[in-house]
Amino acid sequence: MFPHICIQEEDFDLSTEAAKLREGHKDIGAVVTFVGTVRDINEGDEVSILELEHYPGMTEKALEKIRLEAHDRWHLEASHIIHRIGKMYPCDQIVMVAVASRHRENAFHAAHFIMDYLKTNAPFWKKETLPDGAERWVDARVSDKEAESRWAK
Amino acid sequence: MLNVLYFASFREILGQAQEQLPADYQTVDCLLKDLAARGETWQQALLHNQNLQIAVNHDVANRQTAIKAGDEVAFFPPVTGG
Repeated sequence: MFPHICIQEEDFDLSTEAAKLREGHKDIGAVVTFVGTVRDINEGDEVSILELEHYPGMTEKALEKIRLEAHDRWHLEASHIIHRIGKMYPCDQIVMVAVASRHRENAFHAAHFIMDYLKTNAPFWKKETLPDGAERWVDARVSDKEAESRWAK
Repeated sequence: MLNVLYFASFREILGQAQEQLPADYQTVDCLLKDLAARGETWQQALLHNQNLQIAVNHDVANRQTAIKAGDEVAFFPPVTGG
């Protein structure tokens, strides 16, 4: 078994993680993976560095709650969430969600749900550094909250 | 005692990440009112901030949540991960 939730500074390799997810499962018909990456532009400004802060303890708990709810709603066979923290640069990978289920419909929905909930419910905060050295915290988006609300039961 | 934590922009605005306070508050709201008495910055960041997010012992909470000795109360802005 591998940990289902990883908060880490290190980068990750999607193929390796997807292979770990499928290991020992002969009942999987669908694997859906999502990778979030750092954009070099936000709110019309060039971004040089993105720094991720989190709340140790609560982050793991919040992610596990989201993961288990996805299992409950879509009968997943396996799932894995990796979220990086610390300093990152444009094109870097920030987050990975991978889910495996018997059928693709469930896997697509579950991955989408986990990302939407993660955006509004897991305690991570982004801080951007612009090319002139100015720093600013990224504001929460109304669109993220709307994305979450579509999954309400 | 209560363990009170501040994250992200709150940590920077309030100039601290963590503090220990006596546990003589019944709810988060009572604690907030006491913190707001420290001055304008605290009032703006916490008491009068519509975007204030609260967690008690790692679970999402609100101003009416009851607190007791040994609890960990965290204040932070809306999350922006992913």
